[in-house]
Amino acid sequence: MSLANVASPLTPPKVGLRLQKQFSWVRAREAGVRAVLVSCASLSLITTLAIVYMFFTEAVYAVAPGSTAFFQDVSLWDFLTDTEWSPQFADKHFGILPLLCGTFVIAGIGSLIGLPIGLAAAIYLSEYAKPRFRRAMKPVLEVLAGIPSVVYGYFALVFVTPYVLRPIFQSLLHIDVDIFNAMSAGVVLGVMIIPTVCSLSEDALRAVPRGLREAGYALGSTKYDVSLKVVVPAALSGIVASFLLAISRAIGETMAVSIAAGQMPRLSLNPFRSMETMTAYIVNISLGDTPAGTIEYKSLYAVGFTLFLITLGMNVLAQRVMKRFREVYE
Amino acid sequence: MTIMQSFNELVHQRQQRESAKRIRPVETEVTKLDVRNLNFFYGEKQALFDVSMTVAERAVTAFIGPSGCGKSTFLRALNRMNDIIEGAHHNGTVLLEGQEIYAPDVDVVALRKRVGMVFQKSTPFPKSIFDNVAYGPKIAGQRNYKTLSEIVEQSLKRAALWDEVKDRLQDSALALSGGQQQRLCIARALATNPDVILMDEPASALDPASTARIEDLIFELKQNYTIVIVTHNMQQAARISDWTAFFYQGYLIEKDHTQKLFTTPKKKQTEDYITGRFG
Repeated sequence: MSLANVASPLTPPKVGLRLQKQFSWVRAREAGVRAVLVSCASLSLITTLAIVYMFFTEAVYAVAPGSTAFFQDVSLWDFLTDTEWSPQFADKHFGILPLLCGTFVIAGIGSLIGLPIGLAAAIYLSEYAKPRFRRAMKPVLEVLAGIPSVVYGYFALVFVTPYVLRPIFQSLLHIDVDIFNAMSAGVVLGVMIIPTVCSLSEDALRAVPRGLREAGYALGSTKYDVSLKVVVPAALSGIVASFLLAISRAIGETMAVSIAAGQMPRLSLNPFRSMETMTAYIVNISLGDTPAGTIEYKSLYAVGFTLFLITLGMNVLAQRVMKRFREVYE
Repeated sequence: MTIMQSFNELVHQRQQRESAKRIRPVETEVTKLDVRNLNFFYGEKQALFDVSMTVAERAVTAFIGPSGCGKSTFLRALNRMNDIIEGAHHNGTVLLEGQEIYAPDVDVVALRKRVGMVFQKSTPFPKSIFDNVAYGPKIAGQRNYKTLSEIVEQSLKRAALWDEVKDRLQDSALALSGGQQQRLCIARALATNPDVILMDEPASALDPASTARIEDLIFELKQNYTIVIVTHNMQQAARISDWTAFFYQGYLIEKDHTQKLFTTPKKKQTEDYITGRFG
């Protein structure tokens, strides 16, 4: 029949051919598949929105009648400027600065250790290593990324502090090292972010077109020249993005730092003292017997919200940098 | 007009241009590169079979042939660019002014400074125009800003780009047009002060006007440099080269004075290719 149609283009159309929508199982299946996919895609968006809503009602403005939110009890000014954080004491202070300080000192130490090592490893893997070695190393890095952070925290507490920090700083240099201290937390945090930095930076380095490397070699460059003066500058935005993501991860890291750095909010830059980070505070309060509705309980949301805004800002920045990087080589 | 006649015409036009510029005739050749029995392999696959050829100093030698014929591989063997490809190996000799460039004591970095290269796709570094041209001298240890600016100016002038960019040397090289980027890459290659410049289809990604500028430039450059150019445009080879070598399936089929090769080819395959019967 179809052959006949092809052979004779003048065959008149069938009378009564219906083009209107009708129920059919194929159409029903299409609609069903679409619904499932849309709801899966919406789930993460809805969760995020729900979290933001919860932060808002507990921290900024209470919706339920008769209850108050954190910032209705504590002024934003006190929250940002008070230098003491003591929600569980009789004399309550709600200054976020000590927690911010702890977070940034530890994340800073972690970055100082993790970013350069991660980048150097990425340069090695991308430019120097034989393909076979690279293929073997990538899974090893992923194993490093897969170690639970609680193990890192324990490692900091029972190894880094007593066997690395104390012999060097306390015995040799006579600087007191608390058993819980920011340095040990920072060190393990640095190790924890190496895989992130290394893996993302390596992707950025390898995305640099081969022609650029060849042009470098053709001008009489050594491997070092090509790697550091051609490839790294060309991949710079990708590298910066990997740094931002790693720092954002360091800021959000919880278990390792709450184990290693302790629970002592302190506004200090001495890395050998015990410090509390925002995440460690949240763990501390969540696990304690803090009744819902109390100011301590609500402070949890204020801290969580602050943390959320910081990491969100970092991730947005990283996304922007990444986008610019993609535009250069496409 | 037959194809042969049209090539004849092109070559003739060029000779008129040359005599107008009083460029010395092609007969007084000195051998710059001497390749003997070169076999080249990518892993198991052999890309070049027993190629022997000389390249004349201060002349333009063009390599033509269909895609995959080995002309680019041969070009890249001349400054050891193939070294960075995994699994590439060869046998045979490549002599640059009588020196074996694959000898174990040869510094490949020094070799590539003498034998520069320009690629098909322009490859400006994501840096300023100035830093692109100054890259070679800088990595060679030149730190003096005054010397560097002189080198940059001279190289850009030789590459016929200076007038277009002299007021914006600190702008990103990526903002230049395709043709300008390619001339920038030529300037960058000239800045390392090479004797030989290898060009791998330098104009194939450019518009006709930019191509004409590059061809004029090659014409100027051959007074001071030995130029080897890969092209799949036979008219281009006829327009700009003194010598033409035809490659086919990894073999060097024929190399001769450009005019002879295009008008009276000795081999049947060459004739078939230049008259468009295949390839």
